[in-house]
Amino acid sequence: MAHAETHDPNTPLEYRSETGRLNILGFWIFLGAEVALFATLFATYMVLTHRIADGPALGELFEVKSLLIQTFLLLTSSFTCGLAVHEMRRHNVKGLMLWMIITLGLGLGFLYFEIQEFLHFIHEGANIGTSAAWSGFFVLVGTHGAHVTFGIFWVTMVLIQVAKRGLTPATSAKVFITSLYWHFLDVVWIFIFTAVYLMGMVMHHG
Amino acid sequence: MKWDEFFVTGDPMIYGADVSIVLTMVGILFYLTRYKKWKWLWTEWLTTVDHKKLGIMYIVSAVLMLFRGGVDALLMRTQLAVPEAKFLDSQHYNEIFTTHGTIMIIFMAMPFLIGIINVVVPLQIGARDVAYPYLNAVSFWTFFIGAMLFNISFVIGGSPSAGWTSYMPLASNELSPGPGQNYYLWGLQIAGIGTLLTGINFLVTILKMRAPGMTLFRMPMFTWSSLVTMVIIIFAFPILTVALALMSFDRLFGSHFFTLQGEGMDMLWANLFWLWGHPEVYIVILPAFGIFSEIISTFSKKTLFGYKAMIWSMLLIAGYSFLVWVHHFFTMGSGAAVNSVFSITTMAIGIPTGVKIFNWLFTMYRGKIQFTTPMLWSLGFIVNFVVGGVTGVMLAMAAADYQYHNTYFLVSHFHYVLIAGTVFGCFAGLIYWYPKMFGYKLNERIGKWVFWLFTIGFNVCFMPQYFLGLDGMPRRVYTYSEESGWGPLNMVSTLGGFMMGIAFLVLVYNMYYSFRFAKRETTGDAWGGRTLEWSTPSAMPPFYNFAKIPEVTGLDHFWRQKQAGKVEKLTAKDIKKIHMPSNSGVPFIMGSFFFVLGFGFVFDWIWMAFLGGIGVIGTLIYRSFEYDDGYYVSVEEVLETEKISK
Amino acid sequence: MQRLKPFLTFGLLMAVFMLSGCSDMVVLDPKGPVGEQQKDLIMYSIWFMLFILLVVYALTAFIVYKYRDRKNHKGYDPDNEGSHLLETIWWIIPIIITIALAVPTVKTIYSLEGPPEETKDQKPLVIHATSVDWKWVFTYPEQDIETVNYLHIPEDRPILFKLTSADSMASFWVPQLGGQKYAMAGMETELYLQADEQGTYEGRNSNFTGEGFTDHTFDVMAMSDEEFEKWASETNAEAPELTKEQYDKLMLPGHVKEMTFSSTHLGFVNHVDEADYAIKARERLGYEPLIPHSKAAKEKREEEKKKKQEEQEESESHGDSHAH
Repeated sequence: MAHAETHDPNTPLEYRSETGRLNILGFWIFLGAEVALFATLFATYMVLTHRIADGPALGELFEVKSLLIQTFLLLTSSFTCGLAVHEMRRHNVKGLMLWMIITLGLGLGFLYFEIQEFLHFIHEGANIGTSAAWSGFFVLVGTHGAHVTFGIFWVTMVLIQVAKRGLTPATSAKVFITSLYWHFLDVVWIFIFTAVYLMGMVMHHG
Repeated sequence: MKWDEFFVTGDPMIYGADVSIVLTMVGILFYLTRYKKWKWLWTEWLTTVDHKKLGIMYIVSAVLMLFRGGVDALLMRTQLAVPEAKFLDSQHYNEIFTTHGTIMIIFMAMPFLIGIINVVVPLQIGARDVAYPYLNAVSFWTFFIGAMLFNISFVIGGSPSAGWTSYMPLASNELSPGPGQNYYLWGLQIAGIGTLLTGINFLVTILKMRAPGMTLFRMPMFTWSSLVTMVIIIFAFPILTVALALMSFDRLFGSHFFTLQGEGMDMLWANLFWLWGHPEVYIVILPAFGIFSEIISTFSKKTLFGYKAMIWSMLLIAGYSFLVWVHHFFTMGSGAAVNSVFSITTMAIGIPTGVKIFNWLFTMYRGKIQFTTPMLWSLGFIVNFVVGGVTGVMLAMAAADYQYHNTYFLVSHFHYVLIAGTVFGCFAGLIYWYPKMFGYKLNERIGKWVFWLFTIGFNVCFMPQYFLGLDGMPRRVYTYSEESGWGPLNMVSTLGGFMMGIAFLVLVYNMYYSFRFAKRETTGDAWGGRTLEWSTPSAMPPFYNFAKIPEVTGLDHFWRQKQAGKVEKLTAKDIKKIHMPSNSGVPFIMGSFFFVLGFGFVFDWIWMAFLGGIGVIGTLIYRSFEYDDGYYVSVEEVLETEKISK
Repeated sequence: MQRLKPFLTFGLLMAVFMLSGCSDMVVLDPKGPVGEQQKDLIMYSIWFMLFILLVVYALTAFIVYKYRDRKNHKGYDPDNEGSHLLETIWWIIPIIITIALAVPTVKTIYSLEGPPEETKDQKPLVIHATSVDWKWVFTYPEQDIETVNYLHIPEDRPILFKLTSADSMASFWVPQLGGQKYAMAGMETELYLQADEQGTYEGRNSNFTGEGFTDHTFDVMAMSDEEFEKWASETNAEAPELTKEQYDKLMLPGHVKEMTFSSTHLGFVNHVDEADYAIKARERLGYEPLIPHSKAAKEKREEEKKKKQEEQEESESHGDSHAH
């Protein structure tokens, strides 16, 4: 395990330790694996989307309002997360904390509306066991939601560490990695928004 | 599930297994206590993050699994030796071929190779450890726990019996009720996490931890093959993760991905399974190719022929491996166009593979070939693997495959590639790097017996199966009629199987014999090696591998140094303090929680799975808050270890 | 050379064995145009493969013998690390071989999708083959009859099998007539076969379907056109009708003897549209799948074993009679 540290002020804090550099690279590769994971879930969803058995069609239950709120919350959270990392680069712990907490708040809001939406679907008679199409929907969107949930806990843990230890090469690498994760979830959501909701609604109404 | 049905009962063989498991456990506990080995076990092994020790633990586990899978194989061969045999009933036979396949691929072949990669790759690239030593321990323990979870199925709850491919809807609740299939799902799922982490870990290790001067095109071929394998793992394993999760949802939470009800789609499982499954085949063959490349070059005393072609062909194979999965079910009726395309892509894999064969042959051309046991296994590989290769091309021809599919022709083909490729590779690698791991060689004379017994047994076992296949014998039947005429060839095949079993026992005896009597190596270069792992002064490298990180100037750097008579000698002023990662018990504990989680899901006891899940998350949080930067090995300690005076 | 001798001898022996034993093996002894095409393709590829093996083995033997480490070693060149010419050769040759194999393969794949060339003007006989754990139900919609576990077909006429399954994924295979295809729930796959010779051929499910898989078999009797017509009209007149209750009972996992009916199940279910029919029928009949290691399952297995033994003893004492 190499342990070289750089003190060049032009190097971002999170890249200054060898461990930080390795962890960030490793996390990028992990995101590659996550792409494969979500790609598989998307493919599964696409294959099953018309197999609705006796249940309702997917687009039938989708609601534009809830969808737009969720999308707005998550996209904004990605932006605030970016601001947080920007503040971190300026060594502004307070700014970092503030923007990250806002990010978490937006994430929680997203989750709230997603759960509401799921409950609504279940109320309308569509749950994971209704048909292959709904199984595909709940598992794809649910996996994304589970990732967001995990992300909220994870970011919280990292923020506690930043609060306790301040910004060091170690903590900043952690913040940076969680931010990569958060942006990634945003990207996945854009695909869900398009491939699941928009296409579902277009196919049903159009 | 009723409590009195918790343990599998009613079969004398299983009682025998119960007794031997209990006796072995008691024996181990007694030994550890009697000789006060508990602390040694904990500090040296259970908490280690040293890649060499983790590698050895992988290999030991894999050899145990080879034994288990081998016993399964011999039970099957015994049942099939004569027509209408009554040795096993259908259910029992189905369980055995399911566990045989699953164990051999997931818990034997892969960990065996990952074990060798663990031991060798950091040494070959001149690194002190992997990029994430802690994560490496997590990988091992999740693999190990997955394997244990899968293996206890045959005494608790019953083994899975839907085949290692677990096609739906056969594997659904309606057609395969009970915990058996859940063991398959959770054993593989937990072990799969470890494999994915290994993929990331070694990819970063190889990309970032190479010694100065070792450019990508100066890396040893085994390291190259590991790099390519890791890339395949990273893109293939998430597919398995999803597929297993979806089937688990079907079985536990009533979803309808692959079920008969709710318009589920059984073909989707087959596609997902093989989208992972075919790359998996290359995950277990490419490292073996790498091993053969090292060995053939070493014992021909010659540079590898066509180094760059070897790399490009491997990259081509890796790419193709994701484009051929449909050939596992040409008979699904996907239409002529689809079958034609996948026929051609599959045959095309033969091209780079053929190139590799010729490059190996021409590595020996103008060489000085020494017939050591690793070299014998490598030559055996070439001769036997080609048979698997050409029959693979035959199977790739979709129109003909309609006749081979689901028969012993197929069974024989994949054993020819997986045994002559992967298993020969594992044995060759194990013997070749044995002195690196344990400080002495395995006895060569006994080793040659093992080679000939195994290779001849292998051909006697599997060659007849090609003909059985052409004679219409389907795979996975537990018996056959007298009139079928398959009796004699099956008997021959069974005899060959037992020969391989004997060879395995002789191999284990050789380990014992060599442990007792083998001459200990005095240098680090047991075979006249070419790559950096042989450049350490002591036979077994110390825990920090290299007192001084070597500087590499070309391919086969160590060999060229030796040829030029310029092997650097370490002096006291080369030594600086060395940074190393600390041991940790957390990976082991995390693995144990995974076991609780998996076991809970197997029996549909959600409370238990929940507790296990909490435990896993707890260990993750603990790790997140732990700021352990490792420690420094002092100059004095290094000097002492290296036996250099000041 | 000494070291390689066993391999070479074994390989040669096997090759001889293979070529002499060809005609005995069912796949290489086809009785219809479909199997015939596949056999031709297989034999074509086998010659290529033997040639490849020969080249590789000869080269291996030569190199290993010539460059073994010995006294007065000649030709050692440790830095010989490649040759563009040689490497180009062994990139190109496999490509040529692949093309040589791909062309007839693709041709045959396309040809097998339709009825055989020589009888393509005839109207094929349509038979639905439905797999249910662990039996085969054959439906002749035009003749309005249904059989279980056996098939009668006219010779020299293409048969179009429409394959589906009531439960697990099966594979319909009559090796002497031609290659297999999957039968899947909620799906219909099509397979053309044809018999050019009268006789009885063994057919089976070759895709693992669980406990009763091994005996998931059926017989195919190929007969003259007249005989077939006679059998069909007699069956239609004399055999009992298939009731829904009876059909539901067939949905239970297990083996049954051969059966014949003068009506088809297509009146009450098409498994292509109703993949869960069998599961629902089982529920209606109060069938519960047993966990393999539960007491109930073990008792059931014992019972079946006993029954099988008794049947065997009975058939041995009465002599085997196969009348339909």
